[in-house]
Amino acid sequence: MSETIKKFLYVNRKAPYGTIYALESLEVVLIGAAFDQDVSLAFIDDGVFQIAKGQKTTEIGMKNFSPTYSALGDYEVTKIYVEKESLEERGLTPDNLLHLTYEDEDDDYAEKDSIHFVSRAELSDIMDQQDVVLSF
Amino acid sequence: MAMLHTVNKSPSERNSLDSCLSHAKTGSSVLLFEDGIYAVVKGSAASGRLQKSSGISIYALGPDLKARGIGENQIIDGVTVVDYGGFVDLVTRHDNVQSWL
Repeated sequence: MSETIKKFLYVNRKAPYGTIYALESLEVVLIGAAFDQDVSLAFIDDGVFQIAKGQKTTEIGMKNFSPTYSALGDYEVTKIYVEKESLEERGLTPDNLLHLTYEDEDDDYAEKDSIHFVSRAELSDIMDQQDVVLSF
Repeated sequence: MAMLHTVNKSPSERNSLDSCLSHAKTGSSVLLFEDGIYAVVKGSAASGRLQKSSGISIYALGPDLKARGIGENQIIDGVTVVDYGGFVDLVTRHDNVQSWL
Protein backbone atom coordinates (compact mmCIF):
# COMPACT_ATOMS: atom_id res chain seq x y z
CA MET A 1 0.00 0.00 0.00
CA SER A 2 1.22 3.46 -0.84
CA GLU A 3 2.25 5.64 2.08
CA THR A 4 1.79 8.86 0.16
CA ILE A 5 0.15 11.48 2.30
CA LYS A 6 -2.42 13.47 0.41
CA LYS A 7 -3.93 16.81 1.24
CA PHE A 8 -7.67 16.43 1.92
CA LEU A 9 -10.02 19.39 2.28
CA TYR A 10 -13.56 18.94 3.53
CA VAL A 11 -15.72 21.88 2.45
CA ASN A 12 -18.80 22.47 4.62
CA ARG A 13 -21.47 24.74 3.15
CA LYS A 14 -24.72 23.72 4.89
CA ALA A 15 -26.38 24.74 8.14
CA PRO A 16 -26.78 21.96 10.73
CA TYR A 17 -30.13 20.23 11.48
CA GLY A 18 -32.07 21.44 8.41
CA THR A 19 -30.32 18.83 6.27
CA ILE A 20 -28.13 15.82 7.08
CA TYR A 21 -25.01 17.15 5.28
CA ALA A 22 -23.32 18.67 8.34
CA LEU A 23 -23.56 15.53 10.46
CA GLU A 24 -22.54 13.27 7.56
CA SER A 25 -19.50 15.46 6.87
CA LEU A 26 -18.42 15.33 10.49
CA GLU A 27 -18.72 11.53 10.50
CA VAL A 28 -16.68 11.20 7.31
CA VAL A 29 -14.00 13.51 8.74
CA LEU A 30 -13.75 11.41 11.91
CA ILE A 31 -13.58 8.16 9.95
CA GLY A 32 -11.08 9.65 7.50
CA ALA A 33 -8.89 10.80 10.39
CA ALA A 34 -7.87 7.15 10.90
CA PHE A 35 -6.02 7.16 7.57
CA ASP A 36 -3.20 9.55 8.53
CA GLN A 37 -3.74 12.06 5.76
CA ASP A 38 -3.17 15.82 5.79
CA VAL A 39 -6.71 16.96 6.63
CA SER A 40 -8.16 20.45 6.59
CA LEU A 41 -11.74 21.62 7.11
CA ALA A 42 -13.34 24.69 5.60
CA PHE A 43 -16.55 26.30 6.79
CA ILE A 44 -18.04 28.63 4.21
CA ASP A 45 -21.52 29.96 3.32
CA ASP A 46 -24.15 28.47 5.68
CA GLY A 47 -21.52 25.97 6.87
CA VAL A 48 -20.30 28.56 9.39
CA PHE A 49 -23.53 27.93 11.35
CA GLN A 50 -22.32 24.37 12.10
CA ILE A 51 -19.77 25.66 14.60
CA ALA A 52 -21.99 28.26 16.27
CA LYS A 53 -21.62 28.04 20.03
CA GLY A 54 -24.48 27.53 22.48
CA GLN A 55 -26.47 25.02 20.41
CA LYS A 56 -29.21 23.42 22.54
CA THR A 57 -31.32 20.94 20.64
CA THR A 58 -33.50 19.34 23.34
CA GLU A 59 -36.65 21.10 22.14
CA ILE A 60 -36.28 20.01 18.51
CA GLY A 61 -35.67 16.37 19.41
CA MET A 62 -32.42 16.04 17.48
CA LYS A 63 -28.92 15.16 18.65
CA ASN A 64 -26.70 18.17 19.29
CA PHE A 65 -23.54 17.11 17.49
CA SER A 66 -21.72 20.42 17.91
CA PRO A 67 -19.65 19.22 20.94
CA THR A 68 -18.04 16.68 18.60
CA TYR A 69 -16.21 19.47 16.73
CA SER A 70 -14.21 20.03 19.94
CA ALA A 71 -12.88 16.46 19.62
CA LEU A 72 -11.36 17.08 16.18
CA GLY A 73 -8.09 18.22 17.76
CA ASP A 74 -7.68 14.79 19.40
CA TYR A 75 -8.04 13.21 15.94
CA GLU A 76 -5.20 15.45 14.70
CA VAL A 77 -7.58 17.53 12.63
CA THR A 78 -6.05 20.87 13.50
CA LYS A 79 -6.52 23.06 10.43
CA ILE A 80 -9.98 24.58 10.36
CA TYR A 81 -10.60 27.50 8.03
CA VAL A 82 -13.59 29.80 8.48
CA GLU A 83 -14.37 32.30 5.75
CA LYS A 84 -14.67 35.84 7.13
CA GLU A 85 -17.07 37.06 4.45
CA SER A 86 -19.47 34.18 5.12
CA LEU A 87 -19.55 35.07 8.82
CA GLU A 88 -20.15 38.77 8.14
CA GLU A 89 -22.97 38.17 5.64
CA ARG A 90 -24.74 36.15 8.33
CA GLY A 91 -24.34 38.64 11.16
CA LEU A 92 -21.85 36.45 13.03
CA THR A 93 -18.49 37.26 14.59
CA PRO A 94 -15.70 34.92 15.80
CA ASP A 95 -17.19 35.33 19.31
CA ASN A 96 -20.33 33.49 18.17
CA LEU A 97 -18.32 30.37 17.30
CA LEU A 98 -17.03 27.40 19.29
CA HIS A 99 -13.46 27.78 20.54
CA LEU A 100 -11.70 24.84 18.88
CA THR A 101 -8.17 23.95 19.97
CA TYR A 102 -5.56 21.20 19.75
CA GLU A 103 -2.47 20.22 21.72
CA ASP A 104 0.67 20.67 19.63
CA GLU A 105 2.87 17.64 20.32
CA ASP A 106 5.81 19.38 18.62
CA ASP A 107 5.56 22.29 21.05
CA ASP A 108 5.34 20.63 24.48
CA TYR A 109 1.61 19.98 23.98
CA ALA A 110 0.80 23.67 24.06
CA GLU A 111 -2.89 24.37 23.45
CA LYS A 112 -3.35 26.17 20.14
CA ASP A 113 -6.31 27.48 18.16
CA SER A 114 -7.48 25.21 15.34
CA ILE A 115 -9.64 27.86 13.69
CA HIS A 116 -8.10 30.27 11.21
CA PHE A 117 -10.23 33.10 9.88
CA VAL A 118 -9.44 33.58 6.22
CA SER A 119 -10.73 35.70 3.36
CA ARG A 120 -12.53 34.31 0.34
CA ALA A 121 -9.36 34.87 -1.73
CA GLU A 122 -7.19 33.06 0.83
CA LEU A 123 -9.60 30.14 0.93
CA SER A 124 -9.53 29.96 -2.83
CA ASP A 125 -5.74 29.47 -2.60
CA ILE A 126 -6.16 26.81 0.12
CA MET A 127 -8.60 24.92 -2.13
CA ASP A 128 -6.13 25.16 -4.99
CA GLN A 129 -3.39 23.46 -2.94
CA GLN A 130 -5.36 20.27 -2.22
CA ASP A 131 -5.07 16.80 -3.71
CA VAL A 132 -8.65 15.91 -2.81
CA VAL A 133 -11.62 18.18 -2.08
CA LEU A 134 -14.77 16.67 -0.56
CA SER A 135 -17.87 18.87 -0.52
CA PHE A 136 -20.79 18.72 1.86
CA MET B 1 -57.96 37.62 4.48
CA ALA B 2 -54.94 37.31 6.77
CA MET B 3 -52.44 34.73 5.65
CA LEU B 4 -49.77 33.03 7.71
CA HIS B 5 -46.64 32.44 5.67
CA THR B 6 -44.11 29.92 6.95
CA VAL B 7 -40.47 29.78 5.80
CA ASN B 8 -38.19 26.91 6.84
CA LYS B 9 -35.23 27.40 4.49
CA SER B 10 -32.07 29.40 5.09
CA PRO B 11 -32.28 32.85 3.43
CA SER B 12 -28.73 32.45 2.14
CA GLU B 13 -29.32 29.09 0.53
CA ARG B 14 -32.76 29.43 -1.07
CA ASN B 15 -34.88 32.35 -2.24
CA SER B 16 -37.92 31.14 -0.24
CA LEU B 17 -37.86 34.12 2.14
CA ASP B 18 -37.41 36.70 -0.61
CA SER B 19 -40.21 35.18 -2.65
CA CYS B 20 -42.41 35.05 0.44
CA LEU B 21 -41.72 38.69 1.34
CA SER B 22 -42.47 39.87 -2.18
CA HIS B 23 -45.84 38.11 -2.14
CA ALA B 24 -46.93 38.72 1.45
CA LYS B 25 -49.63 41.38 1.84
CA THR B 26 -49.89 44.04 4.54
CA GLY B 27 -51.52 42.54 7.61
CA SER B 28 -50.17 39.06 7.00
CA SER B 29 -47.67 37.20 9.19
CA VAL B 30 -44.42 35.40 8.48
CA LEU B 31 -43.29 32.61 10.79
CA LEU B 32 -39.65 31.56 10.44
CA PHE B 33 -38.67 28.09 11.63
CA GLU B 34 -35.98 25.43 11.10
CA ASP B 35 -33.22 26.99 8.93
CA GLY B 36 -35.54 29.92 8.21
CA ILE B 37 -34.69 31.45 11.60
CA TYR B 38 -31.24 32.55 10.38
CA ALA B 39 -33.00 35.51 8.69
CA VAL B 40 -33.55 37.22 12.07
CA VAL B 41 -29.86 37.37 13.04
CA LYS B 42 -28.88 41.00 13.61
CA GLY B 43 -26.40 42.26 11.03
CA SER B 44 -27.14 39.55 8.49
CA ALA B 45 -27.92 40.40 4.87
CA ALA B 46 -31.31 38.72 5.18
CA SER B 47 -32.33 40.65 8.32
CA GLY B 48 -32.02 43.89 6.33
CA ARG B 49 -34.47 42.59 3.75
CA LEU B 50 -36.80 41.42 6.52
CA GLN B 51 -36.81 44.84 8.19
CA LYS B 52 -37.70 46.57 4.90
CA SER B 53 -40.97 44.67 4.69
CA SER B 54 -43.36 46.87 6.67
CA GLY B 55 -46.88 45.93 7.69
CA ILE B 56 -45.99 42.27 8.16
CA SER B 57 -45.71 40.59 11.58
CA ILE B 58 -42.55 38.51 11.94
CA TYR B 59 -42.38 35.45 14.21
CA ALA B 60 -39.54 33.00 14.86
CA LEU B 61 -39.74 29.58 16.48
CA GLY B 62 -37.79 29.58 19.77
CA PRO B 63 -36.77 25.89 19.83
CA ASP B 64 -35.12 26.30 16.39
CA LEU B 65 -33.26 29.42 17.53
CA LYS B 66 -31.96 27.57 20.60
CA ALA B 67 -30.98 24.48 18.63
CA ARG B 68 -28.87 26.62 16.30
CA GLY B 69 -27.20 28.64 19.05
CA ILE B 70 -28.88 31.92 18.10
CA GLY B 71 -29.42 33.84 21.35
CA GLU B 72 -32.28 36.31 21.80
CA ASN B 73 -29.66 39.11 22.03
CA GLN B 74 -28.59 38.30 18.46
CA ILE B 75 -32.06 38.88 17.02
CA ILE B 76 -33.33 42.03 15.28
CA ASP B 77 -36.04 44.11 16.96
CA GLY B 78 -39.64 43.52 15.99
CA VAL B 79 -39.52 39.73 15.96
CA THR B 80 -41.83 37.78 18.25
CA VAL B 81 -40.34 34.49 19.43
CA VAL B 82 -42.94 31.73 19.82
CA ASP B 83 -42.88 28.13 21.05
CA TYR B 84 -44.66 25.15 19.45
CA GLY B 85 -47.94 26.14 21.13
CA GLY B 86 -47.50 29.62 19.68
CA PHE B 87 -47.03 28.08 16.24
CA VAL B 88 -50.40 26.34 16.60
CA ASP B 89 -52.04 29.56 17.84
CA LEU B 90 -50.73 31.41 14.77
CA VAL B 91 -52.19 28.77 12.47
CA THR B 92 -55.60 28.99 14.14
CA ARG B 93 -55.59 32.83 14.20
CA HIS B 94 -55.05 33.12 10.45
CA ASP B 95 -57.46 32.25 7.66
CA ASN B 96 -54.92 30.32 5.68
CA VAL B 97 -51.36 29.05 5.76
CA GLN B 98 -48.85 29.15 2.93
CA SER B 99 -45.62 27.20 3.30
CA TRP B 100 -42.62 28.54 1.39
CA LEU B 101 -40.47 25.42 1.11
